[in-house]
Amino acid sequence: MTGDALVVAEHRRGELRDVSHEAVTAGRELADARGGDLHVAVIGGDVDRFAEELDREGVDAIHAVENGEEFDHNAYQAAVAALVERLDPGAVVTPNSVNGLDYAPALAEDLGWPLVTDAIGVAYDDGLAVTREMYGSKVETTLSVAGDRFVLTVRGGEWPPAEGVGDATVESIEVDLPESGARVRGFEEVGGGDVDIADADVLVSVGRGIGEEENLELIQELADALGATVSASRPIVDNGWLPKNRQVGQSGKVVTPDVYIAIGISGAVQHVAGMKGSDTIVAINADPNAPIFDIADYGVVGDLFEVVPALIDEFASE
Amino acid sequence: MKVLVTVKEVAEPGEDFAIEGTQIAPSDLEYGLNEWDDYAIEAAVQLAEAGIADEVVTVTVGPARTEETIRTALAKGADRAVRVWDDALAAEFTDVASRVDVLEAVVESTDPDLVLSGVQAADTAFGATGVALAERVGFEHAAVVNDLELDPDAEVAHVRRELEGGVEELTDVDLPAVLTVQTGLNEPRYASLRGIRQAQQKEIDVRDLADLGLAPADVESALTLTSMAVPESESDAEMIEGDAGAAAERLAEILREKGVGA
Ligand SMILES: Cc1cc2nc3c(=O)[nH]c(=O)nc-3n(C[C@H](O)[C@H](O)[C@H](O)COP(=O)(O)OP(=O)(O)OC[C@H]3O[C@@H](n4cnc5c(N)ncnc54)[C@H](O)[C@@H]3O)c2cc1C
Ligand SMILES: Nc1ncnc2c1ncn2[C@@H]1O[C@H](COP(=O)(O)O)[C@@H](O)[C@H]1O
Repeated sequence: MTGDALVVAEHRRGELRDVSHEAVTAGRELADARGGDLHVAVIGGDVDRFAEELDREGVDAIHAVENGEEFDHNAYQAAVAALVERLDPGAVVTPNSVNGLDYAPALAEDLGWPLVTDAIGVAYDDGLAVTREMYGSKVETTLSVAGDRFVLTVRGGEWPPAEGVGDATVESIEVDLPESGARVRGFEEVGGGDVDIADADVLVSVGRGIGEEENLELIQELADALGATVSASRPIVDNGWLPKNRQVGQSGKVVTPDVYIAIGISGAVQHVAGMKGSDTIVAINADPNAPIFDIADYGVVGDLFEVVPALIDEFASE
Repeated sequence: MKVLVTVKEVAEPGEDFAIEGTQIAPSDLEYGLNEWDDYAIEAAVQLAEAGIADEVVTVTVGPARTEETIRTALAKGADRAVRVWDDALAAEFTDVASRVDVLEAVVESTDPDLVLSGVQAADTAFGATGVALAERVGFEHAAVVNDLELDPDAEVAHVRRELEGGVEELTDVDLPAVLTVQTGLNEPRYASLRGIRQAQQKEIDVRDLADLGLAPADVESALTLTSMAVPESESDAEMIEGDAGAAAERLAEILREKGVGA
């Protein structure tokens, strides 16, 4: 029925991803608010093992669809559409992951339902209201959704993972899956090499605020003075100024050093995903509204070209 | 083959900005080419330079103001542009489906073999338009592409999709397709003076909804923006005051306490 929510789990290379359990929590919240049941779909891979792992508190039913080992967007779309047809849930919830964004928009289009991506909060009164950010996390907005059916993708780290052991029914479903016009040939790990920034106790991390490649010398000088390792946000690596193994964030490395010094980094969500677990976070940024200050322990609002040389002096004058 | 690139002009708030109702005061916004689309334009122009694409067309859904951004795309090497706007689109927060209504009509009239789109628009960050468009027009697709090699004879795009945590997926995508382009795919060029001059002569085909066979009701948004606010900071950060010298001194003290540089 319309009040039901259908959460689609995500897995990769034999493991369920954490965001799956977080999406289950978000789905439960929606189902509670709308007086419905919580269904979870798991598609492809070792579905029996995944179904067992997904059976956590609050899950009413798990639907397992066998289909190869890995993610295939056409199979996901077709399988979820078939489940929607059978179960008639009003809400479909997926993680706002790279793979989520590879099929959820097509699914919403196929179903003819509104799509809201990257939700950080939901409220349900007469209809769905979704909290999400805009302008690089500088503002928070509420979007209200017309009608009572929708596809929602939820940001990682915003809902706690579902826990405990549930007593969901588990059923295997056969779905006629289309021949896919997109074929996965394999996976490759990138970002290896001699330095592992995840091992460093102190990281001096540089972002687009550095302006020019030659200014990186200043950052290296600071790192040398502090006995630290240099890491970076994505644009620095995209520009080819530092190798991929220095990138912190969603598509780079997750780091948890004792001290993380973010210099000229705005604090985009995909960057923060890779460093928010650091013990102490120091941010130097010219913009007092930069979101990086929201997660920092110490902040300096100022021009890095003044603050960094002064800081180097502090340590060089010993 | 023909390549269509979706190009959005995005807004960025300045360091100080005021919120008026559910929007940022227009005078506090700066406009520019969406970063992700810059990489998509570059990919398309490189396909033209390699003799694989014989025409690169851009499409923008946006008001007259966006022509400055469109000229930038033309100066970088796109051949011509389509711009669609209508008062009906200005009224509200457009949802993905309404945008796709418009883009679908442009795909039908330009008949591309490949559509390049950005992973996300920097301002609204839905990350959804390209994949939704692919579904609507019946193209294959791949999201978050950071490497692209086209085999026009086999009608296949060999791509890498950038997943989380430094893992890339190698995928073959049948054409016609929509690919959403990730930053780092290439090195976007700066527009040359010659390019800028030539761009002035290139065509920007301006359309409204009626031209595309659409009615205002077709693009009615299912989403309404009901509030906008600067998020309340949950931060308990110690903000270090003073000029650079004083700030550095205090920062050095803190860092030494944490055992840094000792
Ligand atoms: C699918 C996906 C995956 C992504 N993965 C990652 C990832 O792994 N890692 C990552 O970092 N990003 C990632 N991103 C990109 C992310 O969204 C941001 O674009 C990026 O993090 C911005 O980097 P930045 O903070 O260095 O640059 P910007 O956002 O441009 O910020 C630059 C900052 O420098 C400040 N500044 C400018 N001049 C000065 C000065 N003189 N002194 C002091 N401060 C100054 C500015 O105020 C600004 O805050 C990803 C995006 C997507 C869509
Ligand atoms: N108004 C628009 N005009 C043209 N292209 C757009 C528009 N909005 C979004 N796009 C394209 O869709 C991509 C993803 O945007 P979004 O789904 O809004 O995050 C952008 O990088 C653009 O390529």
